Parts: sequence; C-alpha cells; structure tokens
Amino acid sequence: MIDRRLIQYFDWGLLGLTVLAGALGLVALYSAVNAGSPATQKILFTKQLIWYGAGAVAMVLSFLVDYKFFERWGHLIYTGTILLLVAVLISGKYVAGSRRWLALGPFSLQPSELAKIAVIIILARYYARTATTDGLGFKELLQPVALTAVPFALIVKQPDLGTAMVIALIAASMTVFVKIERRCFFSLLATGAMAVPLVWFLLKDYQKQRILTFLDPDRDPLGAGYHIIQSKIAIGSGMITGKGFLRGTQNTLEFLPEQHTDFIFSVLAEEWGLLGAVLLLGVFFMLLAWGLSIAHRSRDPFGTILAVGVTVMIAWQVFINIGMVMGLLPVVGVTLPFVSYGGSSIITVMIGIGLLLNVSMRRFMYE
Amino acid sequence: MDPHRSHLASGKSGRGNFLNTPDSEWFSQRLYGTMLVMAVAFTVLVVRLLHLQLIEGQEYRRLSEINSIRLQSIDAPRGLMMDRNGRLLVDNRPAFDLKIVLKDARPVKDTIAKLARYTGLDRQELLDKVALARGRSGIKPILLKSDIGRDAMAAVEVHNWDLPGIVVQVSPKRHYLKKGFAAHVLGYMGEINASELRKERFRDLRPGDYVGKFGLEKTYETILRGKRGGRQVEVNASGQVVRVLKTVPARPGHNLVLTIDYDLQALAESLMEGKAGAVVALDPRNGQVLAMASSPAFDQNIFISGMSRRQWKELVANPDHPLENKAIQAEYPPASTFKIVTAIAGLEEGVIDETSTVNCPGHYRYGNRTYRCWRHAGHGEMDVIQALAQSCDVFFYQLGQQLGVDRIAEYARRLGLGKVSGIELDHESRGLIPTEAWKLRRFGQPWQKGETLSVAIGQGFDLVTPLQMAVLIAAVGNGGRIYRPVLVDMIKSAEGTVVERSRGQIVANLDVSRKNLELVRKGLWAVVNHPRGTAHASRLDWVEFAGKTGTAQVVGRADNGRAGRELADQYKPHAWFVAYAPADDPVMAVAVMVEHGEHGSSAAAPIARQLIAARLAREMPLPPKAYREAGND
Repeated sequence: MIDRRLIQYFDWGLLGLTVLAGALGLVALYSAVNAGSPATQKILFTKQLIWYGAGAVAMVLSFLVDYKFFERWGHLIYTGTILLLVAVLISGKYVAGSRRWLALGPFSLQPSELAKIAVIIILARYYARTATTDGLGFKELLQPVALTAVPFALIVKQPDLGTAMVIALIAASMTVFVKIERRCFFSLLATGAMAVPLVWFLLKDYQKQRILTFLDPDRDPLGAGYHIIQSKIAIGSGMITGKGFLRGTQNTLEFLPEQHTDFIFSVLAEEWGLLGAVLLLGVFFMLLAWGLSIAHRSRDPFGTILAVGVTVMIAWQVFINIGMVMGLLPVVGVTLPFVSYGGSSIITVMIGIGLLLNVSMRRFMYE
Repeated sequence: MDPHRSHLASGKSGRGNFLNTPDSEWFSQRLYGTMLVMAVAFTVLVVRLLHLQLIEGQEYRRLSEINSIRLQSIDAPRGLMMDRNGRLLVDNRPAFDLKIVLKDARPVKDTIAKLARYTGLDRQELLDKVALARGRSGIKPILLKSDIGRDAMAAVEVHNWDLPGIVVQVSPKRHYLKKGFAAHVLGYMGEINASELRKERFRDLRPGDYVGKFGLEKTYETILRGKRGGRQVEVNASGQVVRVLKTVPARPGHNLVLTIDYDLQALAESLMEGKAGAVVALDPRNGQVLAMASSPAFDQNIFISGMSRRQWKELVANPDHPLENKAIQAEYPPASTFKIVTAIAGLEEGVIDETSTVNCPGHYRYGNRTYRCWRHAGHGEMDVIQALAQSCDVFFYQLGQQLGVDRIAEYARRLGLGKVSGIELDHESRGLIPTEAWKLRRFGQPWQKGETLSVAIGQGFDLVTPLQMAVLIAAVGNGGRIYRPVLVDMIKSAEGTVVERSRGQIVANLDVSRKNLELVRKGLWAVVNHPRGTAHASRLDWVEFAGKTGTAQVVGRADNGRAGRELADQYKPHAWFVAYAPADDPVMAVAVMVEHGEHGSSAAAPIARQLIAARLAREMPLPPKAYREAGND
C-alpha cells in the first residue's frame, strides 16, 4: 500500500531540526510568560503546547498526501483561502482596531497566516509551468501579480500590514528565483522608483506620518520607539552568557511589549546571551539550508519551487522579526517561526515543514 | 515525467534546453544564489547581535539593572467651556497627586512611615493603597492619594531627599466655576469604567482616567479630551530623572463656546430656586439654546473631588431627582399649552375658521359624562382667538371631538412632539402622543371617543418635555420652522481658531397656511395682551410678547372642583407657560414648567416674563426709558 521507499527516504534530519527549533522556542516562551507576568499569561505555555500538537497533525497531513495533489488542487486551496479572508473582513473579531481572527468555537483562526501557504502553492504551480531559462516577461508576470495582489489587498484591509508584506516578499522572492527577463526586471525597478514619489504625493498627511513612523521608530518615542529601546536593552544586557533562565529583568518588569509574540527573541537573548541567540540563529540557518537542499534534490520544478517558497517564507519572517527587535528594521507585526506564541503562526510553519518533508521523501518518485 | 526536465536527461550537454526549459542544473545555480543571499542576511543579524551584546553590552547591562529608561505621561489639558459671550464656565485646576514608585521606595514600610509623619496622612490608609497594588510592576507609579492639599505637597517637597520613590505629580482636575451652574447641561465627569475602556473611542485611555459621564462633558468627550503626550526619560537609582530623552507634547482638547447666555441662565436658575421644574429658552431664529435650567440642581465639583456616600445618597434619594435634567428627561402633560396644536389642526383641516364660534356654558356633555371648563361660570360665545386667549376648554372639547385623536396626533408630531428634538444631550425623552393604533397596541383596548376630549386640551395620555414645548412655541413664533436645538455654538482649538461652527439646522417646516398660523398667533398675543387673557397679569408694557398658559392636572379632573390650597402639595397641578417675544418678530422663545406650581398664569408666566424682560432689554434697540423699566423689573 505505502511505498517502502517513502519510509526509507523520510527526512529525519529536517524533522530533527524542527524539533530543535520548537524546543528552543518553548524555552523562550516559558520565560516570557512565567517571569513576573500576570498569572493570566501562564496558561499561554500550555496553550502553545496544544498548538504544537495541532501543528504536528497538520504537518503529518501535509506530508502524507503526495504533493502533486496540492499542485492539482492548488487553485481550489487558493480560492478557499480567499473566501476565508473575505469572511474575516465581514464577520471577524475586532481586536485592538483590526479584524484578523475568525472565531471557530473556543479557538480562533487567522486566515492571513494560511494565505501565505496558499500563495506559495499557487505560485509554485504557475511557475512550474511557465518558467524558462530566459526569465519571465511582462505578460507572464500579470497572472502571478494578480494572484498575489488579491490576498495582499484583503490582508491590508484588516489591517495586518506585517503579514501582507511577508506575502508580497514571498511572492517577489519566488518570482526572482525563477528569474525575470533582464529587460523586464530593470523596467519594473525603474517604474517602482518613479512611482514612489508619485504615491507619496497622493498620500494624506496622516498616512505619511504613519509611514515615517514605521521607517523611523524614534518618531514615536512613546510607542514603537520605546519598545525598540527596551528590546535593545534586553538583548544587549544579555551579553555573552545571558542572565540565566527566568532571570531576565526587562521581561520581569513587563518592559517588553508583546514579549510572548513579536518580541520573544529579546527574552531569549537576554536570558541566554549571545550563545543562546547564535544557537537559535544557527538552527534557523541550518533549517533554511536544509530547505534549499530539498529544493535542489527535488526532481520536478513544482517540488523545487514549492520548497523554495516555504524556505523563503521562514527566512523572511526570521530576518524581519529579529531585525526588528534589534532595531535594524521597522517595527511590524511579524512573528518568529517556532518561537512566537500563536496557533495560526505555529500551524502555518508546521504545514510548511510538512510540505518540505513531502517534497523530500518523494524525490525518488519522479526520477 | 517530462524527460527534458529530468536531471539525468539534461546532463552537461544542454541538450534539454532547446525549449529553454529549466533543468536541474539551472535550478542549482539559482539555489546557490538564494543560499548566498540568506548567508549574507544571517551575517548581518549576527554582526548586529555582536554589536549589541559585546560592544554595547556593558552599557545595556547598566541601563537594564536600574530599569532606567521610563515613560512619563503628560496630561492633555481638557477643553474649556464658555458661554456665548466668552464667559468662562468650566476650566481645569491643578491637583497634586501623591504617588509611590515601589522599586525606588524600598524599604517601602519605612518610607511610608516617614511620609505619614511629614504629611499627617494616615499611615494605614497609605499602606492599604500599596497592598492593593501588589503584583503590579514596581516601576509604575501607584496612586497613594489624589488631590492632596498644598501643605501636604510642600511637606513632601521639603523632605524630598528623605522620601525615595515618593513623587508628587500635578494633574489637571475639572473645575466648574459656579457651583451648580447649568449642571445638567455642562454635565460632569467620572472615572472611566471597564465597559468604556473596551470601546474603540477610549483606546488611548487607561484605568483611573476621567471621562465625561453626563451632559456636554459626555457628548463632546472626544473633542474636549485632546491627546495625552509623554516623555522618555532616564532615571537614576533613586528614581529621579537624570535626563529627558524625548518628548511628545500633549495636544490640548478643543474649547466649547456654548449658546447659553450666562446672565439668562443664572436668572432662570435663581427664579427656579426652591421649586422643581425646568426652564428652556431658545433663539427661535436658529434653535440655539439660550438657557436650560433644571431644578433642583447639584454641584458637579463633588463628582470630581470624590463624593461621600452620604452625598450620593442625598442626591439619589431626593424626591425631586436633582440628577435628572427635567428639561429633556422629564415628561409632563402639556395641558392647555397643547391647545395651540389642536387649534392649528382644526384650522388646517378646515374643521373651523376665523368665523367659527362655540358657546361655552362652563361644561360640555359628551356621551353620559359632563366635561367641565376650568371656568365654571362659562366663557360665553368664543371664536378661536378668544378661546386661546381665555383657554376655553369647551371650545377645544368640541374641536377635538370633530378632529379625532389621529388628526390631532399628526399635527402634534409635525410640531415636534412625540419624538426627540435631537439636542446634543443623552437620555432625551420622546414624550407621548397617543393615536388609536397606539392604544390598541399598548393596552389591547380600542380608543374611547371621550379620551379625545382630554387629549384635545393636553390631558389624558399626552406627555411632552419642556424642551419639546420650547421648540414648538419657537416654531409658532418664527413662522413654522422646527429647528434642532443646539447647545454648542463653536468648537475652537486651544489656540482660538474656529474648528466648527453650528448652523441653524431646520428639521422640519411646518406646512401651515400663513393665514391660519396668523390666527393662532393672534390668540397667543391675546393671552398676554388682551385684558381677559389668562396671562394678562404678566404683560410687559414696553414690549409685547405672546404665549400660552397651562395647568396640568396631576390627579383626576374630578378633584378639580376643590380649591387649590386644600390640596396637598404633591397633588397640586403643574404650571406651564410657553412664550415668544416680541410677538411680531420673536428673538426669544421660552418654556417654563413648575412642578406643582398650581396655575400656569401665577407660577410659570411671571418667570417667563422676567426672562423675556432681561434678555430683550439687552438685545432690543429701545429708548432709554424702556431700558430703565426693564432694569427695574
């Protein structure tokens, strides 16, 4: 029934890296919700364990089915996700001024997270058919741009700028990966450069302010600017060996905003110092390299491009999140895969890992 | 599988590339490129990490040890309120709040003991406050006592060096300049509650903040509030600010210039002193509220400084409901003031005209019941003008009976009764204008024809608010325009530029023929200026105004026969008077309601008269003699 080779080719290395990343994440989360925080947050650690359980199921489901299935039904997955995104705009829960969550009984789902996977699948499906060594021209780019623009616009509307931006970056990276025609690439670049001042001119004053604050947190010293300062103090004060497990003072005093979601890397870097931070970065780097090697070993373009898509998704989130808490990048709501608290975030990244395992274990089938 | 795409088939020859199809080797190249980009990105992250944790690590460790970077908030001054002439009604006074930062105050017990000694405050009370805040972060200041006096503040300042972690913060507190002045209009503030905190428009607020809870303070909350600012500061080990890193200035709230006329409002309140009821004065040319007094009133300042349990009990238990704005919340039978509506309906529907007369023998038999006129001797032959002037019940019994309740209700609604006026205050009552369908729906019983007679003279089910009556009489005075009453004339920024200006908003145009309205106005003129008019005693000799009295029965009409003074106070009828002045081209409309005042002519009309005299003496170009008279009034 099951090809014996499926088990023989199972990618234990990737699974091991995933478990390692998850374990590091749970340690950091334990600190974040246990040291000095209100008691109500302690339950988040247990909830995260449950999310990991659900994520494991999602992962298994996404490697059991042959990934060709996702290629064949990619358009349906995509359409379903778009419908969820529309539903969230109509009947989603309002939390702090934005609509991101769909209530599903006691749990809530963030369709914008799933949209990342849907966009990766639909673009991999399209590029597997159209990519040439000459690169894509304008005409071939119309469809992927539209396929990205729809979920992008729906997510901006929520508004959840961080996730929308990650989706755009994933799509752009996948497109550059399959190569854009040189002429087309440069004219796109030029058009973009010319469009910026034009759009700026059209923006309203408060919108300009928001963008300026986004680019320069110091303009908002009571909000983002203050968060970044506290985050930098937390990371820097960890020095080489860190302050020790549950000894982080910044975290204890609730300085860090969203310490269990977006700013969790600061908690880890404060308690475990340079050693812990570099260990986590190393695990991430190995995971990404592994993802690219799966892409390399895949014998069909869809598998390759799919693996690249999942890998760049993780890569962008790691880079943006850690860059942000260290004050290198603007403050946006982007979670750190495996580490940040959040069900939709965990399930999404676990589905991604499942897809990588899927491509990896079926590499023999298309030889 | 397409052989051209397979790794083996493509080989090194490039044979598979005749269709430019990507092969494995081509993908490999691109994957190496991707890998390179990722490696660069991770290098950037690691370099940054090294920079923060190695090079700047010592400095950050120091900053983290004393948690030295903190935020301090800067309160935004709340907008002021002024009367129409710029006279200040509401402002903010500085209050001194005593706070403690636990982290800096250790050992806390000793510090509190010293604090109690220096300031004379109760030690246990202070310790209780600290205990309440247990579990909260140690660097957020905890409020020990708000609004401490200047003496206690001075004591803290003097012993500053001996009181680590104790801070005095100046916070603005709302201040209502004249105790109880326009209390129901200005409203009051209170501490924000949990359900308000969850609302989107209170997103910037925190527990302990004050927000408008009643009156204009509530309606204009977001405009008055402004936006809180803050400071990023570095503090030393004992919590003192070493330097200010960054400041975001607070944005003050906007000021409100009200339509209220200070002198008129003050006069209305003094005239209502000791009575229960309400006065509303409008400008009939634009709907601006010149005065709105509800009596008894209350001192809003006790809501700000914190009232005692006893004070609260007194306010709530008072049978005259001082917290209620009787001008818009209380519903009364309109009594004879409603005859204006019945008269307009009769004329417009063609049931009567200026020649129609009715003979009043002092009573009216209908079915098997006798309905009395208030004047038992009877009025004799009455046309519509005389019937209004002398408030003849029999005339309107007959007219009402011919009109039917539904046609009366239609005109009542067109004159703004039975619905909210739309003034910028919460809790406005709609009043009640009955119809046949309403009674069937409400009581499951058909309308009785006799009930129409009561409705025609404003008794029975009819209920109105003083504000509705003021809007109505203003519309009769201005030729039929129903304005939405407004209390705020201008919203001004703190710098004084006008942000928004009210414009008279006409809600409805009373579609009544000029001739018929003129007849009614003649009747209302005669109420005051004809020797037999019910309010003749309240006329002014230097300006003619028009109005209508009303005496609303609180108990059944059967008791009417007894003389007023035999009745206990709570059974005495309510007194109404509605008026506009001058009669020919009004600049002021007024409605006065005195609960249990007995007669509109004796209790309410004189109040309206004084208000009209006071306002018109200032507003009208008159010869000096008239001014003097008005002043002597």
